Amino acid sequence: MSNPTCQQIVVVKNEKGLHLRPAELLARLAMQFESTVMVTKDDQSADCKNMLSVLTLGAVQGTPLGLSAEGSDAVEALAAVAELFDQGFHELDSE
Amino acid sequence: MLELQGIPVSPGVAIGPALVLDDEGYRIPRCLIPAADISVEWGRLLSAFGKVAKQLEVNRKQTAERLGEEAGRIFSAQQQMLSDPGLLAELEGRVHQQQQSAAYAVSRVLHRYAEALGKLNSPFLAERAEDVLDIEKQLLHRLGAVTSDPLSNLDEPVILLARNLTPSETANLDRHYVRGFCTEIGGPGGHTAIVAKGLELPAVVGIGQFLDRIGQGSQVIVDGDRGCMIVDPDQATIDRYEERAQIRQKLTLRLAELRDLPAETVDGQRVTLSANIEFPHEVDACLQRGADGIGLYRTEFLYLSSDEEPSEEDHYQAYTEVVGAMQGRPVVIRTLDLGADKMGHTSLHEPENNPFLGLRSIRLSLKNQDLFRTQIRAVLRAAVHGDVRMMFPLISTLQELRTARMLVNIVIDDLREEGADFRSDIPIGMMVEVPAAVIMIDRFAEEVDFFSIGTNDLVQYTLAVDRSNESVAELYQSSDPAVLRLIKQTVDVSNKTNTPVGICGEMSSNPARVLLLLGLGVRSVSVPPLAIPRIKKVIRSVTIADCEEIACRVMQLESAREVDLYLLDRLGDLVPELVVQ
Repeated sequence: MSNPTCQQIVVVKNEKGLHLRPAELLARLAMQFESTVMVTKDDQSADCKNMLSVLTLGAVQGTPLGLSAEGSDAVEALAAVAELFDQGFHELDSE
Repeated sequence: MLELQGIPVSPGVAIGPALVLDDEGYRIPRCLIPAADISVEWGRLLSAFGKVAKQLEVNRKQTAERLGEEAGRIFSAQQQMLSDPGLLAELEGRVHQQQQSAAYAVSRVLHRYAEALGKLNSPFLAERAEDVLDIEKQLLHRLGAVTSDPLSNLDEPVILLARNLTPSETANLDRHYVRGFCTEIGGPGGHTAIVAKGLELPAVVGIGQFLDRIGQGSQVIVDGDRGCMIVDPDQATIDRYEERAQIRQKLTLRLAELRDLPAETVDGQRVTLSANIEFPHEVDACLQRGADGIGLYRTEFLYLSSDEEPSEEDHYQAYTEVVGAMQGRPVVIRTLDLGADKMGHTSLHEPENNPFLGLRSIRLSLKNQDLFRTQIRAVLRAAVHGDVRMMFPLISTLQELRTARMLVNIVIDDLREEGADFRSDIPIGMMVEVPAAVIMIDRFAEEVDFFSIGTNDLVQYTLAVDRSNESVAELYQSSDPAVLRLIKQTVDVSNKTNTPVGICGEMSSNPARVLLLLGLGVRSVSVPPLAIPRIKKVIRSVTIADCEEIACRVMQLESAREVDLYLLDRLGDLVPELVVQ
């Protein structure tokens, strides 16, 4: 019955931190999955599907964040979101 | 009568009844709806979202048309928020599961986000909080939850008083009725201030708390020149301001007649009178007032108006618009002149203890060469459309100038390799605004095509005074003899080496100080579009001999105060019409 839950730690790599554009990308990506993906900074959590909520974390470059996904496609969702963080939301220099 | 001081962000004077906007945010009472009404209520909310989205697009387009594409982007952040799927899902939950009214749900959700964003220690995100509140306000209006927008039903001239005005509100002000505005918070670099200046609407911001002391309809004077707001002025004050307004109006009409006449002294010395602009749309005002060219095109707005770094195409579009409209007249494009503390879209550096002495202007550009190269590429490409010149700000050492020029050469090679349409032979100049540049001016003259003296920064760096620091603000005087000597030295060397030199900055838009500048040998000035007619009037009223005599006397004086009093006195003799107020 119970859905799989996955967890992972990611670090905000992009220079601008989790500002408007990355938050929007994150929300759009998370929406593609059925699972709920939460991102946690210290004791504050935000639903990745909710851009404004993600913005309120105020996560700057270098901030470690906890990711957790719960739902039927939790594994895929978590992997996709973690990759987006890893790529610095496509804002990292290609060099 | 109550006189309050704030920050002048847009010049001019306006008098009228106050329209006080309740800007404490809307408090929508908790309101639950019957289960049967849920789908209707949800439909209302969706419809409101659709209407606000449309309005934002209209705002974006209209602002872009009036103030340029970059200004229009102010609204893009709001558009993105409105399309946040998470936001809509959260509201849906409140309406469907908790049976909250649409207005209550909107008010609770958006207010909570705005508060959370406002608490974060980031000026960038604090701005987002304003965006969220702006969206909330618009949604609530569409839902009919608050009385209709007082700004949309105006039928008499008003002075707008508010805690803060959002960029959308400012851009949408009905200029026919709104004559000026004052706000409790805000600063000179905010988007609202920038939009107000673009609209030539007198405005004072950052006054501090005052709304609770002012009744709807009280008589208010906004003095955008001096940065003050006068509430319930006594008759004598009203008379004084009205008289001032009338004199100004008559003078403006008379000066407008000079439009097609050259800026030439009585003895036939032609002076180049150009305009300083920030937005492409200001070109119209420059042409209407007969500017010889754009002496200073500030490009900062490109960086401040968007969350994204401006692309080469963004730069190119803006420059091309200005260059094309100027129809062959010279356009001096100044490269990025911001501090690391003040970049809108990104933080390029750690916070600095002394940002004015830190990584700013050309220093910032040289440290972020990708950013700089993008701008240089756009300038060189835009140059095929007219007489474009490029100018570097805050050059302090020869090495900086050489590095910047080297980058230009690298960009030229790249463009050539790509087969792009561009010009490689545009004049390259520098701002003279630190004493080090003046001391080395003869050496710089060998390596640049022109100089432009930026008096605002030159005063700041010569006298080591932060002009925004109230405790030392009285030291900040562009007529200080030390500053005048530096100007004289720069002009003397420029003239001796045949390097064109101009003055942009506050000093050259002051009619009395222009007498001195002409006397020191300056033959090119660049001023805000509004100041062009007055400065032309001064130039057309004097001879170079008059001015040289004035300069000779001024250079003997010992303080800024003596200089200004003497210059004002001479202006009164030579061009009495301009001595009003």
